[in-house]
Amino acid sequence: MSFKTGNWNKEVDTRGFIAANYTPYDGDKSFLASPTEKTKLLWEKTLELLKEERDRNGVYDIDENTISTITSHKPGYIDKELEEIVGFQTDEPLKRAVMPFGGINLVHEQLAVYGRKLPETHNDGVFDAYTDEMKRARHCAIITGLPDGYGRGRIIGDYRRIPLYGTTFLTEKKKNAKASYVFDVIDETVIRQREELSEQIRSLQELTDMAASYGYDISRPAKDTKEAIQWLYFGYLAAIKEQNGAAMSLGRVSTFLDIYAEEDLKSGKYTEAEIQELVDHFIIKLRLVRFLRTPAYNELFSGDPVWVTEAIAGMCEDGRHMVTKMSYRFLHTLTNLGPAPEPNLTVLWSQRLPENFKNYCAEMSIATSSIQYESDDIMRPKFGDDYGIACCVSPMRIGKQMQFFGARANLGKALLYAINGGKDERYGIQVAPEFAPVTSEYLDYEEVQRKFDAMLGWLAKLYINTLNVIHYMHDKYAYERVEMALHDEEVLRTMAGGIAGLSVVADSLSAIKHAKVKAIRNEEGLAVDFEIEGDYPKFGNNDASVDQIAMDVVKSFRTKLGAHPTYRGAQHAMSVLTITSNVVYGKKTGATPDGRPAGEPFAPGANPMHGRDTNGCIASMKSVAKLPFDYSEDGISYTFSVVPGALGKEADQKSENLVSLLDGYFADKGHHINVNVLNKEVLLDAMDHPENYPQLTIRVSGYAVNFIKLSREQQLDVLHRTFHDKM
Amino acid sequence: MSIKGSLHSVETFGTLDGPGIRYVLFLQGCALRCLYCHNPDTWKMGAGKEVDSQEVVKEILTYKNFIRKGGVTLSGGEPLLQPEFALDVIQSCREHGIHTAVDTAGSVSLLRSAPVLDAADLILLDIKSLKDSQCISLTGKSNSNTLATLDYCEQIGKPVWLRHVLVPGWTLEMSQLKELAEFLKPYQCIEKVELLPFHKMGEYKWKALKLQYQLGDITEPTEEELIQVKKLFAEAGLPVVLPESSVLHSA
Repeated sequence: MSFKTGNWNKEVDTRGFIAANYTPYDGDKSFLASPTEKTKLLWEKTLELLKEERDRNGVYDIDENTISTITSHKPGYIDKELEEIVGFQTDEPLKRAVMPFGGINLVHEQLAVYGRKLPETHNDGVFDAYTDEMKRARHCAIITGLPDGYGRGRIIGDYRRIPLYGTTFLTEKKKNAKASYVFDVIDETVIRQREELSEQIRSLQELTDMAASYGYDISRPAKDTKEAIQWLYFGYLAAIKEQNGAAMSLGRVSTFLDIYAEEDLKSGKYTEAEIQELVDHFIIKLRLVRFLRTPAYNELFSGDPVWVTEAIAGMCEDGRHMVTKMSYRFLHTLTNLGPAPEPNLTVLWSQRLPENFKNYCAEMSIATSSIQYESDDIMRPKFGDDYGIACCVSPMRIGKQMQFFGARANLGKALLYAINGGKDERYGIQVAPEFAPVTSEYLDYEEVQRKFDAMLGWLAKLYINTLNVIHYMHDKYAYERVEMALHDEEVLRTMAGGIAGLSVVADSLSAIKHAKVKAIRNEEGLAVDFEIEGDYPKFGNNDASVDQIAMDVVKSFRTKLGAHPTYRGAQHAMSVLTITSNVVYGKKTGATPDGRPAGEPFAPGANPMHGRDTNGCIASMKSVAKLPFDYSEDGISYTFSVVPGALGKEADQKSENLVSLLDGYFADKGHHINVNVLNKEVLLDAMDHPENYPQLTIRVSGYAVNFIKLSREQQLDVLHRTFHDKM
Repeated sequence: MSIKGSLHSVETFGTLDGPGIRYVLFLQGCALRCLYCHNPDTWKMGAGKEVDSQEVVKEILTYKNFIRKGGVTLSGGEPLLQPEFALDVIQSCREHGIHTAVDTAGSVSLLRSAPVLDAADLILLDIKSLKDSQCISLTGKSNSNTLATLDYCEQIGKPVWLRHVLVPGWTLEMSQLKELAEFLKPYQCIEKVELLPFHKMGEYKWKALKLQYQLGDITEPTEEELIQVKKLFAEAGLPVVLPESSVLHSA
């Protein structure tokens, strides 16, 4: 392959390679190829497997006898003759492996059956070190969804380094780094770094061995498109064989791969149809990533998500857009193979992307509801032009940055603690210190605000300390060695906190301020219900009087998190994201002063509460776009659902209007948006007849799910969410 | 200038009333009593929220990023019943480069409405029925002002999107529709004919207002009927549009 040379030839510099070699594509979709016969056959077989999986209650098979490592399983295939891209986590597609080191109670239970015990794991370690206060806060779910019982995930290896350099070169670099990492004082930091480097070097060898078991030599760079995809996928496969992480993103591979494809098209090595075939087969593999997880985990993150997030398009720092033919080919898999929740296709939107591509994205969103969009224009200045998205919405520089995932703090509950003097409204126990409760019958805004602020101060401290425990133990017992082998030696770490219940809090404070809110107290004096007299401005209507409250809460909590030191000096970050856990957080939270009854779901992510945004969806988007990204750099998630008829009368108009909507939202500094174009009736029908909708995909808070894999409760929550359907 | 208006509500994501994304102002008050009206709560004059035209424009401008390729639509109710307010909003929007449309049944005398028709970029004109007797029983008023409005638009060269609601048993009648198509044919100002199939989504509002909904027994037009009507207008050389049926593609 004849690539333009540069710094990337001397150092590991994937970004430099891409910038020097990629070819922006301004044309339309007309070059795209239909699935080959081979692809059709392979996909048919895959669909049969997926059906079998559903029939077996969602789990095809479990290999409980082998602890999964990079090299633990023999090669697996669907049909060796048909597969252009190979590799499964175990020796069979969809068979789930046991990965105990992230800590899964289920594994203990299973192994107990065989009279065996595991060595100490991450979650044993965490619970050994948790304080009583942390355990209480976790039990009452004011801090919740924590990665203390499952792998933290959210680390994106730069899998592109494998095809670009081969593992021999990468190993040499790591060995050199280790050799030079010697100081006068060998303290804990140095010891840990040296141990980690050794682990990384070992993992690269195992990765090479695993690829060899499939008959490939990845010690050298890839020589064509097929090898580039295969080498890259082996890297990703090694990661998902060893880490049962909450989110295992792919990164930003499409434009990188396009460089190989352009070369092969030019030299005549592959036709467009053959390249699309390779992409389709790669995507099939990504759709079949499986982890063994507990029912409690599924309650939080429903629908068996993996977050194989791939970031597409965006702008290059030199002013060119980064749309390539490969950007189209990745999205085209939604046509060739039908819609699917994985991989989590994420378009990095810029006002300056070519109109052809914008229209194509809109068309695909309308047809499949399988795409999410994030603003490249607000992320690029902070993260450069080679960042990816971890999980749903969290940007990070690939190979240079990682995060300590921190789930989220329940601010709805924190507001109730402020009113109830730190006692939990459901359990009646003292969780926070005994702050003075609000005792008046009618709530006074100034007083509640003051007490809420103090409560957030307590919560921020406890939250950061809890995360410090978790990530210390995760590094110790479940270090992500192969993913980190595909990072630079010096990485930027973030401590990624998050908040849930933002719109509940904003509306509650607005109700207290603008209407009269009466507290109904139980025998113990805890406010367990509220009566509202009069109306009040609600978040989601582009009304400054309440939107400002939401903005202030975001700023305030993020600032408070920043006051507390973090493990490994990680930089503080925060997200407004709930994934599907808005349902379970709501369930664990009493009635709130906005009129939300006890146990009712929160709105997902940064969304306004269901049905309270009454001025149409743009007013709703404008409220969300006001939330300051500077104070929530880990992402602000917004889910938008619209019935097709509300987008316009004709097909062309619909996609044009969707493009205008996205351009407007991102020009207004919105960060993230999920787009669902669906009829409620179809969802209702799918609840009753799931067998007719095997591929029905919808986007929820930062990822996509197979609608029929959601619990009934979550399906109903999706239905109750604001569907914008003005006709 | 600043003029008071009576506003029923706004829709910030209008996509059905003019080109692109529209910020739609639903003005309060209408003189017609259409049997199929899906917004009877906009009928009563002066019952809306009192707003100031310049305040309204200020709010609209915050939506500029979204409506760059679309614009603002004044709908109702009957927006031409508040011509001074409508005119001020339209003129101010145009000064800011925002496209403006008026969604009207043309039921107001040209003496009052002409300045607004002059100022707006596009008129969405709803002809309820070409037969005056039918128009009176359907809406309570004659169609004479509507037809005069259409003539005026032709005279000043104002683009018109002509609208017509297809009500089975009333206006969904082939010979009648053929007549309408023939009648519209010579008008140069008509850019588009939008056929709107009758629906009952507003029925609940009639009940809420304790009004008697008379079309409860009428069924919505079938797909075949609609295709037939569309063909009829297309054959007359008219640029006709029917909303696409809302089929889901992702299943």
